[in-house]
Amino acid sequence: MESIGDLLNGFAVVLSWQNLLYMVIGIVLGVIIGVLPGLGGANGVAILLPLTFSMSPTSAIILLSCIYWGALFGGAITSILFNIPGEPWSVATTFDGHPMAQKGQAGEALTAAFTSSFVGALFAVIVITLAAPLVASFALQFGPAEKFSVFFLAFCSFVGMGKEPPTKTIAAMMLGFALAAVGTDTVTGQLRLTFGSTELLGGFDFLIAVIGLFGIGEILLTMEEGLSFKGKAAGINPAVVLQTWKELPRYWMTSLRSCLIGCWMGITPAGATPASFMSYGIAKRASKNGDKFGTGEIEGVIAPETAAHAAGTSALLPMLSLGVPGSPTAAVLLGGLLIWGLQPGPLLFVEQKEFVWGLIASMYLGNIVGLVVVLTMVPFFAAILRVPFAIIAPVILVICAIGAYTVHNNSFDVVMMLVFGVAGYFLKKCNYPMAPLVLAIVLGDKAEEAFRQSLLISQGSLGVFWSSGLVATIMSLGLIALFWPFLSNLYGRILTPAFRK
Amino acid sequence: MIDSLRFRALAFAVSAAMVASLGVAPAGAWEPTRNVEFIVPAGTGGGADQMARMIQGIVAKHNLMKQTMVVINKAGGAGGEGFLDVKGAKANPNKLVITLSNLFTTPLATGIPFSWKDMTPVAMLALDEFVLWVNADSPYKTVQEYVAAIKAAPDGQFKMGGTGSKQEDQIITVALEKAIGKKMTYVPYKGGGEVAVQLVGKHIDSTVNNPIEAVAQWRAGKLRPLCVFDSKTLPYPDKIAGDKSWADIPTCKSQGLDIEYVMLRGVFMPAGVPKEAVDYYVELFKKVRATPEWAQLMKDGAFNTSFMTGADYAKWVENEDKRHRDLMKEAGFLATN
Repeated sequence: MESIGDLLNGFAVVLSWQNLLYMVIGIVLGVIIGVLPGLGGANGVAILLPLTFSMSPTSAIILLSCIYWGALFGGAITSILFNIPGEPWSVATTFDGHPMAQKGQAGEALTAAFTSSFVGALFAVIVITLAAPLVASFALQFGPAEKFSVFFLAFCSFVGMGKEPPTKTIAAMMLGFALAAVGTDTVTGQLRLTFGSTELLGGFDFLIAVIGLFGIGEILLTMEEGLSFKGKAAGINPAVVLQTWKELPRYWMTSLRSCLIGCWMGITPAGATPASFMSYGIAKRASKNGDKFGTGEIEGVIAPETAAHAAGTSALLPMLSLGVPGSPTAAVLLGGLLIWGLQPGPLLFVEQKEFVWGLIASMYLGNIVGLVVVLTMVPFFAAILRVPFAIIAPVILVICAIGAYTVHNNSFDVVMMLVFGVAGYFLKKCNYPMAPLVLAIVLGDKAEEAFRQSLLISQGSLGVFWSSGLVATIMSLGLIALFWPFLSNLYGRILTPAFRK
Repeated sequence: MIDSLRFRALAFAVSAAMVASLGVAPAGAWEPTRNVEFIVPAGTGGGADQMARMIQGIVAKHNLMKQTMVVINKAGGAGGEGFLDVKGAKANPNKLVITLSNLFTTPLATGIPFSWKDMTPVAMLALDEFVLWVNADSPYKTVQEYVAAIKAAPDGQFKMGGTGSKQEDQIITVALEKAIGKKMTYVPYKGGGEVAVQLVGKHIDSTVNNPIEAVAQWRAGKLRPLCVFDSKTLPYPDKIAGDKSWADIPTCKSQGLDIEYVMLRGVFMPAGVPKEAVDYYVELFKKVRATPEWAQLMKDGAFNTSFMTGADYAKWVENEDKRHRDLMKEAGFLATN
């Protein structure tokens, strides 16, 4: 295997004291960035990019990609502890992670999240190591129709899985689509639903909505329920990591499935956020504890975290081999490559062997270093919940406000965040599910864009979504997922004696 | 402020060696008094964003400015968000904006109320070129062959991919349609790199990508350039793909396709800033242009390295504004409200 040899050379490049130091710095910074909602991996990398111009390209990419890994790890922390997703891809982690923390299992949830992240990333790196050229040619097959089918599948695997009435789910999703439509319509270049307001030109940013709906909404709810965190009683237990590890192998099937979903979504490239949602949705269907999802199932933490990390990692592959970024952070890294005088594209793997395999080797090492760093901090993170609510709530509010401001350096966004917070509170009180709303905001305009591009190409014929084996398969999978509750119900009835009569 | 504080904190953490050292500055002249915001009216990863971040990097690396330069993306409303921000920052000498053609097209296509006249022109940094690309597996070796194929097919059968809607790529496409006398199907995508990959994957038939967006795929033998939409061939004779160089691509005009289009990569400031501030930034960009990193970027992206300032620049922008108004009007892209 030629690639193994290349990889070993890569390790030789990476394993210098200097590079290891950059790695640790990158991870720690990344975790901080991931914890702060709104700052985000993309912003963090963009801010630090200019500082790396005087380093060698290999050291620079190690530092920046470790920030990226750190942010992926860090996003889970606030999701679990405070129900505030630090990053878009950790929204799905809140569904079960936060209830676990409320039950006093914050340490377990964090350990599961970090370990799953690591497993997902490791799987994706192995895929990249072994199958880089193959994967690149697969990604080339994705035109607008194929992209739409992937989004369609993500939506379908998520619909109909909540306990809430289907009509409320659909209402929440439609609200999300409407919010996603605000701003510039990329296909016609026209402004939509801005009502002449210049503030709405950029549309509703997903992060603002999430910080408001989840973060502020959660604080309002907690205030109503008596001004204290439910998870306060949890003690600090240094052994929690080992205890949780003993349990994790039981969920190997969920992990494996989430790894595959994550890699698939990262390469296509739909990104880490839809991957985490889709993986959560499918895990809920497949698990025998599916009914208990949302009340603090450890599987509900494993599934989204594994998929998000696998997707985040494999998203770097299309960037390197095709020059197309799979995520906003990858887009900034891509700019960095050009500035360092490297040209991402099919020839990067041939011409810049040392750099590419150095990067891949740093993915292995960076994730191991990252895991060690974050796991040692688990008991401390969990202990944050022991701080009285009266102290921590204002801190969270300030962090949320800073986060919302940072997304676009715009103070109007802070107001929007508060509006979303109040809306989130009422939606929750009225039992409207938040997840479909969020999913529609994050994927709505992308799905719409791909749909309309497909129709432009096919000159208006819907047949384009069944025009090739690849797209037809994904669309059919989507339809099956959509009607799965109905199908399984029917299947159940056929088998029951009552029906046979 | 928050931004600057965080920036400093992170900068410090990364490496003590890189803590801002107080360095060279011409004595007595005007200088920025706080962080300089460099607005990018487009998303991260695009051509304007790359150039802005490159400049930020060069300024930091060569210590060209005492204050820190901070790049901020304001992409909403086809860049309108960014331009409105500059328009609203009257007399603020610590704010710059880099432009794409959306300086002209966005107000025309969307009716967002701004014009280049709401800002102070600083300098033209370069002009970005446009090249007509087809997939290397396609049978079209020359513009004539490709044009003949479009003419022979029904309207709308050939698909042109491009960045954004009612912006430069679509303007060129409309001009192309007019020259050929056949309609093409224009498919808008979000970014230039994506457009190039869609062409490699054969989901579209051709693109008018900027050189830097498509060069990697050209070098890998996946794409073929047919012609460049400039008045003369590109001055870069280094071999890029096989024995071909940028200089080997003929102009579209010489191939019977009479279309010329280049895109401004220029810098503006808010209105009402002191002249000393404008002069300061002109000098700053002159220093940036003199660095080897900048020369490399120009070469990699096969840019037209024209540089203009002052009245020449303003006049160029005015002409270009008028030209875009005509082009957009002809194409039926003007906002109706």
